[in-house]
Amino acid sequence: MSAIILLLIASLSVAAVFLGAFIWSVKHHQFDDGYSPPRRMLFDDHPSEDIPDHSNNKKAVHGN
Amino acid sequence: MEIEKFYYDNKTVKWFAYAVMFWGIVGMLAGLWAAVSMYYPALNLGIPATTFGRMRPVHTNAVIFAFVGNGIFMGVYYSLQRLCKTRMFSDKLSKIHFWGWQLIIVAGAITLWAGKTTGKEYAELEWPLDIAIAFVWIIFGINMFGTIIRRRESHIYVAIWFYIATWVTVAMLHIVNSVELPVSMWKSYSWYAGVQDALVQWWYGHNAVAFFLTTPYLGLMYYFLPKAANRPIYSYRLSIIHFWALIFIYIWAGPHHLLYTALPDWAQSLGVVFSIMLIAPSWGGMLNGLFTLRGAWDKVKEEPVLKFLVVAITCYGMATLEGPLLSLKSVNTISHFTDWTIAHVHIGALGWNGFLTFGVLYWLIPRMWNTTLYSKKLAGTHFWIGTIGIVLYAIPLYWAGFTQSMMWKSFTEEGQLRFQFLETVTHIIPMYVTRSIGGGLYLIGAVLMVYNLRKTILQGNFIADEAAEAAPLPKTIPTHGKTYWHRWIERRPMQMLVFSLIAVAIGGMIELIPTFLVKSNIPTITSVKPYTPLELHGRDIYIREGCYLCHSQMVRPFRDEVARYGEYSKAGEFVYDHPFQWGSKRTGPDLARVGGKYPDSWHFNHMLDPTSMSPGSIMPSYVWLLDTELDTSRTGNMIRAMRRLGVPYPDGYGADQAGKDLAAQEATIGAALKADKIQTGRNKEIVALIAYLQRLGKDIKEAPKEQTAMQK
Repeated sequence: MSAIILLLIASLSVAAVFLGAFIWSVKHHQFDDGYSPPRRMLFDDHPSEDIPDHSNNKKAVHGN
Repeated sequence: MEIEKFYYDNKTVKWFAYAVMFWGIVGMLAGLWAAVSMYYPALNLGIPATTFGRMRPVHTNAVIFAFVGNGIFMGVYYSLQRLCKTRMFSDKLSKIHFWGWQLIIVAGAITLWAGKTTGKEYAELEWPLDIAIAFVWIIFGINMFGTIIRRRESHIYVAIWFYIATWVTVAMLHIVNSVELPVSMWKSYSWYAGVQDALVQWWYGHNAVAFFLTTPYLGLMYYFLPKAANRPIYSYRLSIIHFWALIFIYIWAGPHHLLYTALPDWAQSLGVVFSIMLIAPSWGGMLNGLFTLRGAWDKVKEEPVLKFLVVAITCYGMATLEGPLLSLKSVNTISHFTDWTIAHVHIGALGWNGFLTFGVLYWLIPRMWNTTLYSKKLAGTHFWIGTIGIVLYAIPLYWAGFTQSMMWKSFTEEGQLRFQFLETVTHIIPMYVTRSIGGGLYLIGAVLMVYNLRKTILQGNFIADEAAEAAPLPKTIPTHGKTYWHRWIERRPMQMLVFSLIAVAIGGMIELIPTFLVKSNIPTITSVKPYTPLELHGRDIYIREGCYLCHSQMVRPFRDEVARYGEYSKAGEFVYDHPFQWGSKRTGPDLARVGGKYPDSWHFNHMLDPTSMSPGSIMPSYVWLLDTELDTSRTGNMIRAMRRLGVPYPDGYGADQAGKDLAAQEATIGAALKADKIQTGRNKEIVALIAYLQRLGKDIKEAPKEQTAMQK
């Protein structure tokens, strides 16, 4: 069953890549915060001039 | 900190979205064509290209690689930019990726219609296209990893993890399964043979489902579901566990496609165990999706996007529970080779992939065109037609599969098989008709969507470059001056990941090639001999016409199969089969032992008009085989290729001797046909096919008892 050996090598290589990625991600604090990432992704990063800015009256000049 | 202004590239997303809609309709039409062919075989119009054996791979390749493939790219190109807060790495690469992929699809459809196929399910495209796929996939990878490296958001959101896993694993699967020896421009033979080829193929086939149809779409779910519901995912921690558990377990489940075949038992058991384990992460993911909507079910009533996503996730849950159950050997005994499998995959394909794609399209297009959906009501109609379509598709096929399997296994009190194979087929034809109605409804729904989105596009203004603002990636180490250098260090792990992947791929290849050359230790059966040149030609025709899509060549060790077909199949019988042709579906009977069962003239008449030999048969006519000339100029190359793959033809056996042997065998079959008053011209393909069919399963009958007795 030489094909099994081949598949084991391929599967284990992929597993090793993922293990490496997992260790990297833990070491780089990817999973420290389970609260803010799912919320932050909900916000779109529209340029600030698109957002009505009430604190600054100067912006009102270029209204429609 | 300085805020940077940049633009998201919507143009590439737009092109992929158009491609999704176009190929979706094409792929579903091909599917509907194939579905109707199953009870109305004359639909092939007497043309090889439109016959089931060629339409079916066109359908599967179109919906998997064209519809879902473009769906993946559409969703990834949209969400990755926003999750990384940066434009895609390179517009040029995006363009090469898009057009490269569409070219592969077009070339794939043409070659499949022309009968250019490797004969391995879901990996049918021939070697030049395999190379093209690898090239475009690498372009996609560079573009994706480049974007991740240049991100402005330090956290890599869980969706991106799913995208990364998809890229890495699909690359590996594609390379390993596509190792083949080219014979000519559009013909190659799989490097592996028999059991080994089967194992590699289903390791690939199963993981293509896992890493092409599942993980990228889970990534899309984790982005588009929270966005559409405007609330965070139920549990981010669960999504992380979902990801790591799923990718670690999925890769081992492949052998469950080969239960009770000639594959060694321990490999089968391994596949079963991992398949059962898969329930946990799969359902964790499904519940994570559904719980996200807790307290928001009123929105589901209003919002067509959410309706589609909810049904998609529910179907994901159903398919991922059913899959492990089908992997149990006792259940698989009943379900395998029947329409049950087809029903199962369509819950995944129509429900999970299709509905998720529709949901994403309904969400994306109004946003990119800065407008609202043209008609929510029409989208609602699409939803209901589609849902009813799925139900009408799946339930009749579950019924058909179960009924047919029970009929196959039914014995009379005297111990005889109760039903002829053909009786079990004609019995389920009403179910095939209902299935095609279900599929037709689903297609109508998709057409409504295209109309609705077209109207939406017409009323909006496309934003090709969407402005956004974000701070650059925060630096973890406070820097004084030398920013560039520190930033490079900080981002190095991603570069490391890219390079290590390339290293693994190269290392894998170097390790693999010697492994292929190691002589296999499958129990040898001395009476199993290489195919003769004429049989080899016949085998190529068998593959070209897609016979393996309706006929298996694998007798499982069950009472009914042994009674119906003969001695169960042994691993040693397939050592010269490049590629293996075990098949996965018995729309027609198994052919592993068909050799010698009928006279040559029976096969001749059967190919001309199947109903003349088997009244009520749903097999199409292969009348063109009677007229098409056999291309004997290929014989020398074919033998040479087989020898390189380790098939032991005698030393010095070349084109000359092979040509003589071919002519002699052809003359024998011609004489046999003549004795039954059938005249056939010289060098016709039909003779080669008859030669191959008459060879199947015969060698073992001359095998010494001790070589076949206790083997599987």
